[in-house]
Amino acid sequence: MPDGATPFVLDVKDLKTVFRTRGGEVHAVNDVSFTLKPGELLGVVGESGSGKSVTMMSLIRLLPMPPAEIRGGQVMFEGQDLARVPEETMRAIRGARIGMVFQDPMTSLNPVFTVGYQLMEPLRKHMGMDKRAAANRAVELLELVGIPDARRRLGDYPHQFSGGMRQRVMIAIALACDPKVLIADEPTTALDVTIQAQILELIKDLRQKLGMAIVWITHDLGVIAGIADRVMVMYGGQVVEQAPVRELFANPQHPYTRMLLETVPHIKGARAEKLRVIQGQPPILAKAPESCPFMARCPQAFDRCAAQNPARYDVGNGHDAACFWDFKTGAPRDV
Amino acid sequence: MFDTSNAKKLVEVRDLKMHFPIRSGLLRRVTGAVKAVDGVSFDIYEGETLGLVGESGCGKSTCGRAVLRLYEPTGGSIKLDGEEIAHAPFDKLRRLRPKMQMVFQDPQASLNPRMTVAGIIGEPLSEHSDMNAKARLERIYELMDAVGLNRDFANRYPHEFSGGQRQRIGIARALALNPKFIVCDEPIAALDVSIQAQVVNLLEELQAKLGLTYLFISHDLSMVRHIADRVAVMYLGKVAELAPRDGLYDEPLHPYTQALLSAVPEPDPTLHDEANRIILQGDVPSPANPPEGCNFCTRCPKVMDICRKIDPEFREVKPGRFVACHLYAEDTNQTAANAAEPVGA
Ligand SMILES: Nc1ncnc2c1ncn2[C@@H]1O[C@H](COP(=O)(O)OP(=O)(O)OP(=O)(O)O)[C@@H](O)[C@H]1O
Ligand SMILES: Nc1ncnc2c1ncn2[C@@H]1O[C@H](COP(=O)(O)OP(=O)(O)OP(=O)(O)O)[C@@H](O)[C@H]1O
Ligand code: SF4
Ligand code: SF4
Ligand SMILES: [Mg+2]
Ligand SMILES: [Mg+2]
Repeated sequence: MPDGATPFVLDVKDLKTVFRTRGGEVHAVNDVSFTLKPGELLGVVGESGSGKSVTMMSLIRLLPMPPAEIRGGQVMFEGQDLARVPEETMRAIRGARIGMVFQDPMTSLNPVFTVGYQLMEPLRKHMGMDKRAAANRAVELLELVGIPDARRRLGDYPHQFSGGMRQRVMIAIALACDPKVLIADEPTTALDVTIQAQILELIKDLRQKLGMAIVWITHDLGVIAGIADRVMVMYGGQVVEQAPVRELFANPQHPYTRMLLETVPHIKGARAEKLRVIQGQPPILAKAPESCPFMARCPQAFDRCAAQNPARYDVGNGHDAACFWDFKTGAPRDV
Repeated sequence: MFDTSNAKKLVEVRDLKMHFPIRSGLLRRVTGAVKAVDGVSFDIYEGETLGLVGESGCGKSTCGRAVLRLYEPTGGSIKLDGEEIAHAPFDKLRRLRPKMQMVFQDPQASLNPRMTVAGIIGEPLSEHSDMNAKARLERIYELMDAVGLNRDFANRYPHEFSGGQRQRIGIARALALNPKFIVCDEPIAALDVSIQAQVVNLLEELQAKLGLTYLFISHDLSMVRHIADRVAVMYLGKVAELAPRDGLYDEPLHPYTQALLSAVPEPDPTLHDEANRIILQGDVPSPANPPEGCNFCTRCPKVMDICRKIDPEFREVKPGRFVACHLYAEDTNQTAANAAEPVGA
């Protein structure tokens, strides 16, 4: 490996994003760090407001600033720190080297342009293709994501496609410039389960064909279990646990993750008479946390949790958890 | 599990149809109809929860609203507690209203932002009872206790509450008039996973305490497995299958139910490797223009010639198990019976 190179396509360290609103500050992302290996699929879970979207939007600088302010951190991608490159460089990376897919294809596709135009635009802008080459590539891309009769459909507008097909089009646009990293923010949340199953199959297939790395945000633990290689759990603007997917589900080490896994009902197997409840509400992020963000809802909490915000402790097997309690020894962590 | 054998039927729905006119042209003439609910039959027993599942646009909400007579149905019969209400006049409906209530999906949108919590919960009491102010406030407090809302919040406004708390306000309001029957239309869809369990447990506790009967509409098949006693699966305006919960989840009979259940991703990575998923091709057809014959024939992995011509009858093929599919026709030939083997069997 050459000097300064890393085994990661993306290496994020201590990212910190704050919103300055009239009601005061919102500390949406607090010292978030994670890495992404080539070809890897990282699943990101956490409840609403836990900072999943803002984290990913911060690293490609796609937030309204103000009110958003990136207070610190480093985002290494292809040898550059994206937190520091000029906006011009960022524009060349966004949508080209890093592709994006969002939850609602109707708001991210422009209703007044044809799907063909929206596919060809990044190809012409970022790849310098002429019209004919771009059109041919656009057809290829639509075929890749499984849209039948692709050449004819280039002239159709977004409303002429069903929800599932629009999401396929969004994926095709995100893939247009052959990105190294794809960021997918709840891309199947608005879809029906049978259509979601089609999209998940498509993603598995595309990963094999194209080998890009993917960050997949979702609140659906079932989706994560099906497609992720590694999972990062967020709570209150922080990463509270991170592990390879099987390890996380088999052996969760953070109280939030443990309760979350118990609170969801299953479609097969034993059926609990009563659902496990996580009492209380997520934290208000008015200032940088001085205690554990899960403290108010944590059955395991003890005095230290109020005095300090836990660091992410390595628990082995590529697994870490931000908690002072050690479930393996059944005692407070000795650190 | 709920025993239907000596239970009383609280709701009886027969061949319910709810068609919405499609108007077009300058004169807004009726040129067609969206067959949102197109000939649906089911019973709901007193004290049970009937789950109603299916994909977006299949007609679940329309069905729930029509059963509560929030619409004037296009056809069919609805009996509540033995009384026919499908075409009942306004004053009869007004008398029956208190018995049947609804809890909505979006707690934000269904609560009047300019009313206090006490105002919202008390509104049905002012409309349908002649309680004085003092008795009404007592009842409001009682309802707030029942759903786990602090009485001190009675004079606050909906925006000051979290999603889960707002849903509690909606439930308290629905309970105000001591209903027997509540249609819960996606009551947890807008809530976070960790909050969903709180609301579902509350609904279950209230059912046990007050003997409520629920029609629980949801697209979350795992949650329906948790809460429902029996489950009806809708597709494109019709009920494809209706069965007791365990039977439906363990051995789905209709090809659509089989595909739907197999598409649900389990929160367990070890199950995904062995999952034998049926990936349905294509999209749901428009309810304005449903296919001829069986409405699932355009996507059904087991489609036969007859399916494209004749609409299969919805009938009881085993005790308590209703299916609309030619694979289970009385004169089923051997090939069809083999094709009906459940997935993974
Ligand atoms: N434009 C904004 N102004 C102020 N606060 C914001 C803004 N955008 C996001 N936030 C806050 O930042 C925090 C993190 O939000 P984020 O959108 O990242 O959550 P999320 O994990 O993606 O949730 P969801 O599952 O609902 O999408 C939340 O508290 C949110 O209210
Ligand atoms: N008032 C209306 N006028 C015309 N069409 C309607 C009306 N209400 C519903 N529809 C149509 O009827 C069909 C069934 O809608 P419905 O809302 O009952 O579906 P649903 O199963 O509740 O879907 P979802 O899961 O998205 O809530 C849809 O095609 C819908 O567009
Ligand atoms: S640090 Fe303390 S409060 Fe936080 S999750 Fe661990 S035990 Fe609970
Ligand atoms: S009737 Fe035919 S098309 Fe319809 S579900 Fe049964 S096999 Fe499939
Ligand atoms: Mg988000
Ligand atoms: Mg609905």
